[in-house]
Amino acid sequence: MAHAAPQPELRWGGDAEGGAPYVEADPADPSRIVGFDVEIAQLLAAGLGRTPRFIQAGFTSIDASVARGDFDVALSGIEDSPARRARLAVTIPYYEFREVLTVRAADTGRFRSLSDLRGKRVATLGATLAYDLLVEAQARDGIIPVTYEDDVHPYSDLVLGRVDAVVLDQILAQRGTRRNAGLVNQDAPLAVGHYVGILAPGSTALRDRMNAILRDAMRDGRLEAILRKWAVWNEDQPRLYAHLLQDPSPDPVAPSSLAPAGSTPRAGAMQAARRYLPALLSATLVTVVLSCLSMALAVLLGVLIASGRIYGARPLRVLLTAWVELIRGTPLLLQLFVLYFGLAAFVQLPAFVAALLGLGLNYSAYESEIYRGALEAVPPGQLDAGRTLGLSERQILVLVRAPQAFRLALAPMTNDFVALLKDSSLVSVITVVELTKQTSIFAANIGSWVVPGAMCALLYLALSLPLARAARRIERRWHRPA
Amino acid sequence: MTVLKVEALEVRRGARAIISGISFHAERGEIVAIMGPSGAGKTTILRALAGLDRIASGSVDVPRPVGMVFQFHHLFANMTAHKNVWLAPVHVLKRPLAEAEQRATELLAALGVGERSAAMPHELSGGEAQRVAIARALALEPQVLLMDEPTASLDPERRGDLAATLRRLADEGRTIVVATHDADFARACAHRVLNIGDGRIRDALGRAAPAAAPDPHSSP
Repeated sequence: MAHAAPQPELRWGGDAEGGAPYVEADPADPSRIVGFDVEIAQLLAAGLGRTPRFIQAGFTSIDASVARGDFDVALSGIEDSPARRARLAVTIPYYEFREVLTVRAADTGRFRSLSDLRGKRVATLGATLAYDLLVEAQARDGIIPVTYEDDVHPYSDLVLGRVDAVVLDQILAQRGTRRNAGLVNQDAPLAVGHYVGILAPGSTALRDRMNAILRDAMRDGRLEAILRKWAVWNEDQPRLYAHLLQDPSPDPVAPSSLAPAGSTPRAGAMQAARRYLPALLSATLVTVVLSCLSMALAVLLGVLIASGRIYGARPLRVLLTAWVELIRGTPLLLQLFVLYFGLAAFVQLPAFVAALLGLGLNYSAYESEIYRGALEAVPPGQLDAGRTLGLSERQILVLVRAPQAFRLALAPMTNDFVALLKDSSLVSVITVVELTKQTSIFAANIGSWVVPGAMCALLYLALSLPLARAARRIERRWHRPA
Repeated sequence: MTVLKVEALEVRRGARAIISGISFHAERGEIVAIMGPSGAGKTTILRALAGLDRIASGSVDVPRPVGMVFQFHHLFANMTAHKNVWLAPVHVLKRPLAEAEQRATELLAALGVGERSAAMPHELSGGEAQRVAIARALALEPQVLLMDEPTASLDPERRGDLAATLRRLADEGRTIVVATHDADFARACAHRVLNIGDGRIRDALGRAAPAAAPDPHSSP
């Protein structure tokens, strides 16, 4: 019996974290994924005579992934933009969406458009057209853009009052208002945009075949059936499809009111670098201030924990040891999520405060171990000498033991500070825009990591190299026998 | 006048007795050398007198504060020689700083290390560190000065100087107990020698002294 030759695969990328109705794990069977983007991928694969295979990709890095060939096409509610067209092969749009302003019900009359939100925090998803809209409104209307890594927390933080409005496309906005009572989507759209599939720049032939398949599916109603099934079909779509079916060019530009500054093609990397430098520098300031304050907190708590573990009663020692192991044994990222999102039902920490607490608490565990080691490394003869002179244990600690331990601790502390400086990049997950986050926004907007990555690296090095040098110098100067 | 009195002293580390049945006393102005090989328990006796080690049984009667000069001096590594000397008078005896500093300067000068006042401990030679340590111990004006292996950090020619210094301190009315394994030094400065072996006092022939026997004290 002859076997049929195995069908080639269509590797397609999407972000299952994006959730329904795009791509999400099937609630009935989490190993399967479902969503309208999943069904459109199946439609494209069937048209190409291939078997679809899903590859998970982070939403903010999906352009880079497809460009480097991680998969053939990406479908994940990806927005059409001139920047994407300039550097990738882009399919014809398969969906038209509106950017919607979501506010708390009480503010429905007050916040009708972005110009009503001067000085207010407005949330969105990073690396989206909505973000570009907010950046434009920041310059024009004085709003404060706040970016999230996901589309769930902008709405829950809107309910909590951490932000005053959310701008996202209507699919996400409808989901957000469905999940959170007391939120209202304003009727007037801020802009119109389109979802497209994106391919590596060299894949224009495959893109053209996909366009033909999409056009067929528009014509015979298969696309409508998919979108209806996921309850996202509306009267905007037939108009879009009619326009696309009239225009037979392989790369038609859909009618769109979206042309914010962030989505215009870039003239050149150097020009972009010059334009982004002020934002990177102010993000660097955030990194520096956050790192210094966090380190100060870590040192203070570390000293208290170390003292408690050496001088405290047994129950206190056990408690502190457990605390240190808990903090050291769990990821900083998890601690930040718990502090910012997990505790939000009880106490709503501002993002910067949560970041400061998260980094400070996390590093205090490491600092306390350094101090404990350093205190225990002070020769016992020093303590004996203090005791025979009649000094109290407290006086011995303050006058003799701690100053000597500090010398031993200073070099590893400096190393930890350098590490903290870099770990501070993790706080972007709780909406703090520091150096790394600003760089990834920059990179997403110009579609390349080369220049932003180099600038970011240089800024980190400018901060950490002097510290590393200082640590080496201290080590050389103070590491001699007592 | 008896200043220091030790009765049936026993110090244990876990189940093991480091020293036991140690009894002796010392007069004002007397230098007593505790002699014996290393590991005999000399240092443990001094530590018990200084209050650093817990006594398992017996009693120690010694006027506080006690001055202690450790074998390795244990000068506070994070401060100058001068501050090592004035630290305790200021923080323990609550002397005014200026007065304590003045006294520290005098003590260091009297011990011949006045010009090393500003040095950090790691910059001092063994002999200098020892004299700073003596000054630090004397700054509390103790009636009793304890010294552990004081000749270990000294050149042979310096040992004579140290013996003379101890004699002078004794003549000023201090009682000095020196733990040493250096027989020549003990002969040169001590009024009386106690031989220790295996944690007990022995006579000159190395026999265990009867525990109940009174301390055979002879005046210098």
